[in-house]
Amino acid sequence: MSAKNAAGTTDPMPLFTYALRLGDDALILAQRLSEWASRAPEIEEDIALTNIALDLLGQARALLDYAGVVEGAGRDEDDLAYLRTEREFYNVHLVEQENGDFAHTIARQLFFSTYQLSLYEELISSRDELLAGVAAKGVKEAAYHNDHATQWTIRLGDGTDESHSRMQAAVDRLWPYTAELFEADDVEKSLAAQGVAVDPSTLRSRWGLTIAEVFSSAMLTIPQIPWASHGGRRGVHTEGFGYLLAEMQYLHRTHPGAAW
Amino acid sequence: MSQLWEVFVRGRRGLSHVHAGSLHAADAEMALRNARDVYTRRGEGVSIWVVPSSEIWASTPDEKDPFFDPSADKVYRHPTFYTLPEEVRQM
Repeated sequence: MSAKNAAGTTDPMPLFTYALRLGDDALILAQRLSEWASRAPEIEEDIALTNIALDLLGQARALLDYAGVVEGAGRDEDDLAYLRTEREFYNVHLVEQENGDFAHTIARQLFFSTYQLSLYEELISSRDELLAGVAAKGVKEAAYHNDHATQWTIRLGDGTDESHSRMQAAVDRLWPYTAELFEADDVEKSLAAQGVAVDPSTLRSRWGLTIAEVFSSAMLTIPQIPWASHGGRRGVHTEGFGYLLAEMQYLHRTHPGAAW
Repeated sequence: MSQLWEVFVRGRRGLSHVHAGSLHAADAEMALRNARDVYTRRGEGVSIWVVPSSEIWASTPDEKDPFFDPSADKVYRHPTFYTLPEEVRQM
């Protein structure tokens, strides 16, 4: 089984790459969200955001563990999370964007959870048992994450002048990172043809409708920005990603095999 | 602006909602979501009520004597004069 990846080279193990792409999205967003621990605007929100981070971390563990099994080179979830370099991570740029203010974090959550919810709803029918299982468990989590982000988007967007302008600024800033969620190369297309993966380009119109609905309740304007960010799916990342990895991997690299 | 809410959680079907604690939230919908995250993360509940704390009227320590003392010496109000059959539970 082989397929062309986003870099245009032939990928000998599309399923390995696919599991990493989904797993890295969850892992990196979990890492970003956990940066809010002890810093959220309210203690209730502190718990909510880190709770969401833990859900995503659980998804990441299952997917990275599976990627290691598929690869068959003896790497486990920890090896894949802590010992890969920047260019070996395949998450989209959206999830690695800095937390910014609370509105930026909520906009990032809204964009990602809307995508992930529809992805998991489709992936439940995957012929791959593990992917279908992760999706079946994750779909309830994603539905809650999506609800949480939607409620906040509406309250901030349709709140005070200050909260509205900050929410609109967050949406404008992160909009160029949403197109990448729906890009498909031969990895997704070949696996989708076999009934294993979901071709993300098929999720785009539904995503657009959902976001438009939320924006209309939140009094937000859909940005018109032609530029879009690309490259995460083939390991090319934005500026902040190296710092994120340095913090995430520091302990494991300094004390290999450290356990609690 | 956040206000204070009291949270009541029902552990499982057949039991009553029990006060779990309080939290801050901007409105009732957000209070329910916060309550879900703060009080039911470990599978504690099947149903949640939230009530604005300002809507709760509480007895005060000053009223303790007239409120509660007279009930102490009416032993006939307590069902302690017969044995409960083995089969009866949840009394």
